[in-house]
Amino acid sequence: MSDYDVIVVGAGVAGATSAYCLAKGGLSVLLLDRGDAAGAKNVTGGRLYAHSLERVMPGFAGRAPVERRVTRETISLMTADSSVTIDFQKPGGMSDPASASYTVLRAEFDAWLAGEAEKAGCDLVCPAHVDRLLKDNGRIAGVVAGDDTLTADAVVLADGINSLLARQEGLKPELSAHAVAVGCKEIIELPERVINDRFNLAEGEGAARLFAGAPSGGLVGGGFLYTNKTSLSLGLVVTVEGLARSRTRLPDMFEAFKKHPAVAPLIEGGALLEYSAHLVPEGGLKTIPDLVSDNILIVGDAANLCLNLGYTVRGMDFAIASGQMAAETLIEAKNNGGDYSKGVLDGYWRRMEDSFVLKDMKTYKNAPEFIERPGTYNVYPELMDGIFSDLFTITGEPAVLARKKIWPRLRKAGMGGLAMDLLKGGNAI
Amino acid sequence: MNVEQKLSKNKFSVDEGNPHISVDSSRLDADTIHALTVVCPAGLYSLGERGELHFDAAGCLECGTCRIVCAGHPGAMSWTHPRPSFGVTYRFG
Ligand SMILES: Cc1cc2nc3c(=O)[nH]c(=O)nc-3n(C[C@H](O)[C@H](O)[C@H](O)COP(=O)(O)OP(=O)(O)OC[C@H]3O[C@@H](n4cnc5c(N)ncnc54)[C@H](O)[C@@H]3O)c2cc1C
Ligand code: SF4
Repeated sequence: MSDYDVIVVGAGVAGATSAYCLAKGGLSVLLLDRGDAAGAKNVTGGRLYAHSLERVMPGFAGRAPVERRVTRETISLMTADSSVTIDFQKPGGMSDPASASYTVLRAEFDAWLAGEAEKAGCDLVCPAHVDRLLKDNGRIAGVVAGDDTLTADAVVLADGINSLLARQEGLKPELSAHAVAVGCKEIIELPERVINDRFNLAEGEGAARLFAGAPSGGLVGGGFLYTNKTSLSLGLVVTVEGLARSRTRLPDMFEAFKKHPAVAPLIEGGALLEYSAHLVPEGGLKTIPDLVSDNILIVGDAANLCLNLGYTVRGMDFAIASGQMAAETLIEAKNNGGDYSKGVLDGYWRRMEDSFVLKDMKTYKNAPEFIERPGTYNVYPELMDGIFSDLFTITGEPAVLARKKIWPRLRKAGMGGLAMDLLKGGNAI
Repeated sequence: MNVEQKLSKNKFSVDEGNPHISVDSSRLDADTIHALTVVCPAGLYSLGERGELHFDAAGCLECGTCRIVCAGHPGAMSWTHPRPSFGVTYRFG
């Protein structure tokens, strides 16, 4: 007889959701996290697409510690001293629960979510570091955490991108520098009123701003800014492979980003509250390992379920949905006599295939190659700078029609490559 | 603001004498040593006067980036999590 039906390792959004659903389904569940509290080791950019948690806990945003509902989106293409921005604002349009997205801070949000799992009946222990999985006749039979040995019929591995446990078990290879990015982020405190005025937001409304080009020094990556209630989440994400060959240290790249004329006024007068860093899986579909073995399922970032489309990063909605589907599979296994062998647990993969998780990962399977195209990060920002500088600069010199100025710029940027990029980009995203 | 000043805003509990990461630079090539000095978001890897690699695990943000760049050099890096109740505790995240 095991101590628990299921032990969930990691109380990020994937693990806490899974534990919540398992407990609701009547299984005995233990949720463990190495942080002092759930969320204490976790970092995200900032935006939770609400749809997947909404399916688990309808109306959650009314109770959860979300920061602001995103109503304004901007994308800026930046050279060292200029930026061209697309600004999309639609306060009414993104308000229904299924299409809303919210800015979140993970320390508070994850603690709340794990608390909901506890209320549903799961046991939560933090800090507890799982050192290895427990084996019984070669079968996974629980976990070893420090001096404690805890047994369970099945384990949900929700230990995030670094997943030391998945690698220990040979379930997942080491991440390649090509398929992973490093993100660093500052929390910058500003009064609520200042944020509303600066970003043109009504109370409770939030902005999501992305910056491509100069912020990552032309490398694959980009900057982001999300507004919280009384702080900003300002960050920079750069693919590790490119960064490793760069001459600029990541912390210096981040400082230069903060000093950019398009960014500096946005954070002016703010006080730094925290500096954090975390990896982002961005290898896409190809890098998803086998998620099912006897008595074990892998969910969330540990399963590399994350999409970087350049204009948006999605990991939390995948993590939540995968946690839910893992739970559904285990509940079904328990109710059908407690057989947790791979053949039964393969139902998890089928559920994922039928859901937006693997469908979206498949739809965007070429996005990793597209976002890697160099033009995105240096040629296009320069091109935009040139075109708009031509359009808006009047010097008193005899005027030249805009189209006559734009053509040479397009030729210089390489029309062929541009057309190919548009085509490939259009196909990839 | 330099990175040391930024790290001073964080909540850390350092496990003195028990670093969770250790690196053996004799097993690394020059490119990887360079990589360590640029990729670490906390700037914890630096080169000394004679080009030797310095590293201090205090201030580590537990991201894992250094482990990834050393992946091609078996035995060069030992990387694990700090023991429970040590390391960084994010108050915002
Ligand atoms: C800079 C950045 C920006 C991002 N922006 C966005 C965004 O805007 N929107 C979005 O949807 N996604 C975004 N993502 C991705 C998103 O943050 C992740 O996909 C998501 O956090 C994954 O959740 P998870 O629960 O799978 O993993 P995690 O949140 O990493 O949780 C893993 C948990 O496991 C615990 N753990 C690990 N090992 C052990 C162990 N051995 N024993 C016990 N506990 C352990 C950890 O403490 C942690 O709590 C971003 C990511 C980054 C880094
Ligand atoms: S884990 Fe991250 S912060 Fe810590 S030393 Fe390695 S690269 Fe630096």
